[in-house]
Amino acid sequence: MSGFRLPAGGRIDRARVLPFDFDGRRYQGFAGDTLASALLANGVRLVGRSFKYHRPRGVLSLANHDVNAMVTDGISPNLRADGLPLCAGMRLLAVNTFGSLHSDRARVIDKLARFLPVGFYYKTFFRPKWTFPHWERLIRRISGLGQLNFQAARPVSAKRYDFADVLVIGAGPAGLAAAVCAGRAGARVILVDENAQAGGSLTYARPAGEAAATAAELLAALAAQANVEVRTATFAAGYYADHWVPLVDAGNITKVRAKAVVVATGVFEQPAVFRNNDLPGVMLASAAQRLIHRYAVQPMREAVVLTANEEGYAAALDLLDAGVRIQAVIDLTRTGEKCPAALEVAQRGVRILLEHCIVEAHAAGDGSGVKAVSVAPWNGSGMAAGARETIACDGVAMSVGFAPATALLHQAGAHMRYEELPGQFVPVQLPEGVFAAGRVNGVYDLADRMRDGERAAWLALAHIGLGTHVPAEAARARRAVSHPFPFVEHARGKNFIDFDEDLQLADFYNAAQEGFDNIELLKRYTTVGMGPSQGKHSNMNAVRILAHILKQPIDSVGTTTARPFFHPVPLGHLAGRGFHPVRRTALHARHQQLDAVFMEAGMWLRPEYYARSGKSKAELVREEAKAVRTGAGLIDVGTLGKIELSGADAGELLERVYTGRFRNMKPGTTRYGIMLDEAGVVIDDGVIGRLAEHKFYFTTTTTGSATVYRELQRLITMWGLRAGIVNLTGACAAINLAGPSARTILAQLADFDVGENAFPYLALREGTIAGMPARLMRVGFVGELGFEIHMPSEHAPALWDLLMRAGASHGIRPFGVEAQRLLRLEKGHIIIGQDTDGLTTPFEAALEWAVKMDKPFFVGQRSLQVLHKQPLRQKLAGFMLERDFNATPPKECHLVIRDGQIAGRVTSIGWSEALGRHFGLVFLAPDLAKEGMRFLIRVDGGAMVEAQVVSTPFYDPQGLRQKALDPAPAAMQAVSA
Amino acid sequence: MLRIACPWCGERDEAEFRYRGDASVQRPAADAGLDAFFASVFERDNPKGWHREWWQHAQGCRRFIKVVRHTVTHEIAAIGKPEDDPAVPE
Ligand SMILES: [Zn+2]
Repeated sequence: MSGFRLPAGGRIDRARVLPFDFDGRRYQGFAGDTLASALLANGVRLVGRSFKYHRPRGVLSLANHDVNAMVTDGISPNLRADGLPLCAGMRLLAVNTFGSLHSDRARVIDKLARFLPVGFYYKTFFRPKWTFPHWERLIRRISGLGQLNFQAARPVSAKRYDFADVLVIGAGPAGLAAAVCAGRAGARVILVDENAQAGGSLTYARPAGEAAATAAELLAALAAQANVEVRTATFAAGYYADHWVPLVDAGNITKVRAKAVVVATGVFEQPAVFRNNDLPGVMLASAAQRLIHRYAVQPMREAVVLTANEEGYAAALDLLDAGVRIQAVIDLTRTGEKCPAALEVAQRGVRILLEHCIVEAHAAGDGSGVKAVSVAPWNGSGMAAGARETIACDGVAMSVGFAPATALLHQAGAHMRYEELPGQFVPVQLPEGVFAAGRVNGVYDLADRMRDGERAAWLALAHIGLGTHVPAEAARARRAVSHPFPFVEHARGKNFIDFDEDLQLADFYNAAQEGFDNIELLKRYTTVGMGPSQGKHSNMNAVRILAHILKQPIDSVGTTTARPFFHPVPLGHLAGRGFHPVRRTALHARHQQLDAVFMEAGMWLRPEYYARSGKSKAELVREEAKAVRTGAGLIDVGTLGKIELSGADAGELLERVYTGRFRNMKPGTTRYGIMLDEAGVVIDDGVIGRLAEHKFYFTTTTTGSATVYRELQRLITMWGLRAGIVNLTGACAAINLAGPSARTILAQLADFDVGENAFPYLALREGTIAGMPARLMRVGFVGELGFEIHMPSEHAPALWDLLMRAGASHGIRPFGVEAQRLLRLEKGHIIIGQDTDGLTTPFEAALEWAVKMDKPFFVGQRSLQVLHKQPLRQKLAGFMLERDFNATPPKECHLVIRDGQIAGRVTSIGWSEALGRHFGLVFLAPDLAKEGMRFLIRVDGGAMVEAQVVSTPFYDPQGLRQKALDPAPAAMQAVSA
Repeated sequence: MLRIACPWCGERDEAEFRYRGDASVQRPAADAGLDAFFASVFERDNPKGWHREWWQHAQGCRRFIKVVRHTVTHEIAAIGKPEDDPAVPE
């Protein structure tokens, strides 16, 4: 393994060599490497192309937020090289390239950059507006990031829930100390860190041995506590109300509800801004230190270190120890540093240039690296001042300042203030139960950071009632850690501020000049901070520039709103499962044995009809219907809502929620009822049976059962009624046995008298059938003698079998929803939701007969009183087509057209064997809805079909058959037209 | 996301509850004018601040509760049973 790997050290396993492919070439790395560290160890600096100009880019931060080092494995579109653990056999490509990474054909855009100023898209492509779709396609092709692979298998990730007394975010020195302290007090602690290993800056800070020992000590203290859980390679994606924080790892999302949150998220080191500061080889000093200490990779051979703080001198020493020759340390400050590290750097003979800046970095021949920098004295506010000197180097380490990782604090509602020392925003007011510690709190020296973690832990413990200790105030750094203005102007630009979006210094001056001089406007106009890193390396610099332009203090410029997520969350983690619950009735297996074709009804699966080989659906539906009309049929109606109501006010409740009269019902009888909402719209119907003085049993529609049950619960509560309801929808099954032979069949099985006198139409009986308990209602929904048999679900299959056997000699057939729809349509019975919609009143649905307006009160009554005085909007009516009609019939929802205007719509249509015609129900303008009126229905394709209004029921208008009063079952009493 | 203390079940996640409407709406008397009735059926305030609400512990005890919630901060000032009249902060 060539090149840049140091002979010893690092958190890598040199015994495990991992071969991998990048951009079509084979390399080797070690277990413990990330893709970025393995590439750099192999001397590969160029790892990506920038978003807009396709400039060559390398590693900047090595802190999981390098947005110019994104790769794809062909499935995941935007993997970050600096956070991607290396695995054997990986085959990766850089994203956002045309052709290969080295000869990206789109790199020519960089040469056109001066024609693409900020706001260019807005200004150019929207004029004229109609051309934008063309430009958008082109722009998207050139300037997208990774591509989606639509062939890839859908990743399924779990959503988990967890709880913590104290959630500590960030496992650096402050977070570790906080977790140890809270853990020792007995709190259940979750400590989370986005890095593969806990320790934060202790994994790369100087002196490395000491730092690692400190981390090891803290981690050992944590390991000894069973109540502390450490989750690495996991990031806190956002902060939501009541301390609700989603934790995201490679596979899952875990939603943690904490009683208190300690935010110890640290800082992001910030780049200095000078021409070509984006060349591969120019990196943050902390990135160089991460390379050395975590991965044993020499970041460069000949370095220039640009600094404005102690941290830069410490990094310089690390570079020296790693065998790097430092050509010069360029210090932006006038006085330089007096810390031990700075003295040691000077002692070791390194040239230090105070009050100097890097004016420009120079690209090596192929643009894939840096070969030299030009330095000059500078005036401290953005201009080089004085003679330039060119210094050869193959890398630059920058240490000019840090921005606190405050996204979660902002989301929690913290107020921040800019402090000149250390030169960053610090929290001044935190929401209840949220605490900040460490560098995000402006505390920099190692011992102080650990104390600050403990301080936050004590406050968190006090907040949750686990401690009373009052800790000392935080010791914020009183030295200049972050330089207020690390920018160098250059006539030819390319001094990048936002590496995500390729924004240069001049873009900000231009934007401010055009009037976008508020930080939120500046963000939207320039798109600063809107790239994949969400401004982790650019927002602070944008604020500094704007403050500089406006000549205002940074504090009054403020910051932009930080919204979730802190870091991109794979959409697969967020997507639901497409969970589609299905309910099956107690008789589902019977239907399957009978070759039922199922359809969805709400959540339920119901037999639409029962298949038989060689026969069409239409034939089978007709046969099933005919069996009901001539012999007997059996339908599973177990999907109906079934509710038992009891209590002294049970009758009162029904009086108030149904439009009919129920108080005077005798036990052992049933009544049809419709339910309205307050606006007078029909929302449900059903059959209400009275079992006893204070006990009712009633049905609701299949799809309305949950809503009706809930609404009744609410009304009982609101009205304070002495009534209780039980939802028996799932507990009870129901079968409707209908047809002229129904009674004969039932009589063979029932343990009680089912004769006409003992069990008349609309009666309700409780008894046993073949020893099984059941409630039976005499119903007529399909227009024949019918018994709706309700029983505990577990008995349903046995009863079904008994009925099928008992009915065999009577030609009994199971029938499905299609036949039932046809049969009820012949009776003119409406289906709520099909023959009504979200605005239908009882007047429109021709249900006045079921509404007792003279009752003292029912829900919707007041609205009906108003509506009654207004002209009717539409009216539901029966219709038939001509007897000889033989074209394609209309469908449900086809419109009635009169004089080119909509005058109604078909709600139900079918072909009646009994009538020998197509027939159905239709909403019509009131003046059309009169018997004998003719109207036109527009069908698919535009043809007009004539129809005529007829009265309903179409079949057995006197209802003799369901009342079992028809002396001749075979005789059809259809209306004629 | 909120935590809501059901008077029967204790503190539970908001996901277990369903919002069921404005609890400050009073049904007008039977002889009240049409305007009052119209308002009670169709008109709702959309306050920025404290709001009295019906919630149902739909995935718990299924009971209805009254919640006084701040529509900006989601802070919950009081929770009561249906017969209670939880106070709205000033
Ligand atoms: Zn509850």
